[in-house]
Amino acid sequence: MLKLLTTFFLFFSTQLFAAEGKLIATPGVSQVEGSAGGGLVPWAQLAGYASQDEYAVNLFCSQGSVDDFRLRSCGAQLNLFDRVEFSLAEQTFRVNALDTEIKQQILGVKTRLYGDLVYSKWPMLSVGMQYKDLKDDTIAKALGADDNSGVDWYIATSKLHLGAIAGYNWFWNITARYTDANELGLLGFGGPNQDNYFMFEASTAILLSRELAFGIEYRQKPNNLGLDEDSWSDVFVAWLPNKSVSVTMAWLDLGKIAGAPDQDGLYLSLSGYF
Amino acid sequence: MKKFLCLFCLLLLLSACAHKANETLFYQLGGREGLSKIVTSFITNIGKDKQILPYFFDAKISRFRNQIYDHLCDITDGPCHYNGDSMIDIHTGMNINESDFNRLVDLLYKSMDEQHIPHPIQNKLIGRLAPLRSTIIYI
Repeated sequence: MLKLLTTFFLFFSTQLFAAEGKLIATPGVSQVEGSAGGGLVPWAQLAGYASQDEYAVNLFCSQGSVDDFRLRSCGAQLNLFDRVEFSLAEQTFRVNALDTEIKQQILGVKTRLYGDLVYSKWPMLSVGMQYKDLKDDTIAKALGADDNSGVDWYIATSKLHLGAIAGYNWFWNITARYTDANELGLLGFGGPNQDNYFMFEASTAILLSRELAFGIEYRQKPNNLGLDEDSWSDVFVAWLPNKSVSVTMAWLDLGKIAGAPDQDGLYLSLSGYF
Repeated sequence: MKKFLCLFCLLLLLSACAHKANETLFYQLGGREGLSKIVTSFITNIGKDKQILPYFFDAKISRFRNQIYDHLCDITDGPCHYNGDSMIDIHTGMNINESDFNRLVDLLYKSMDEQHIPHPIQNKLIGRLAPLRSTIIYI
């Protein structure tokens, strides 16, 4: 995986090209499964600063540490002409109680169907998929999951309203996801309690300056394993000082994970844009 | 989730308190003098920008200054009437793309920063200009 990313990065960095065609902060940051989004939710925007005449390559690394678990997710995105986004992510999920790590790889594709985040009359609309391949499925199988790979499908719509709230720019995104992944897929796919595939996710933020966003996110999750999986939420601050880097900090409220209650903790994410 | 929502709403309320009511955007930008300074900064920034400057090689600066002042004054409800050419007529054939347009928005934000215009007021001006995009790019 790392080798693949390095090759990917070297190939594009040799062209010494930095896409800067979008307005600052408008691509959002990178979510935990590798797609452009907030921290938890994939957004309608495609990753990086490519306009319709440019391409963009981005790298990111994120880590969320809650009471009994830690998730690290690193990967890359390629944005072609602000029409298609490809993403690769590798997640490493640490289960403190078992002193073990679970790895998962995710390949994402997203395409923009309509609109521009800022300028179009109606909100921007995109559809995407995330193919997830769980590398270590011992725990997933023990908990009763059916599969060790799965595909999420989602439709996302978002808009930035200029000067909407007392003159500050206001952003919102709503995503509907079709999924059978347990805890992102880290605990496998499907299970004995499976009854609902459609999940609702949303984010909203206010831009306190051109470079600083403050917002919240919400993400529903299925309960296929009968472990009372909770919805996830977070409050975040994203700092995008220029079109080359972004830093996101969040406080996560992940509720109950695999039976362990009240999983709260800090999330930190860095992205680089080329 | 509820506590995050409360925190977010609290911030919205705080930002709403800072809101000044019922002044024209022209006045909030500093009236004639303020807008004139913004236009001067804007022209200076365009002059220094490798991406945007080539579009102005044939332009007469004094005429551009008057036209853009009148246009901004008009669009911000100031005491002016823009009677220059339409945006479509001006920009047809210039091959301005999405990236150029956003670069110009960046330069306008920068010019307003230089004139110490508060961020919310800056957004309002950009918000008035944003609908013109389709009459400027890819035509």
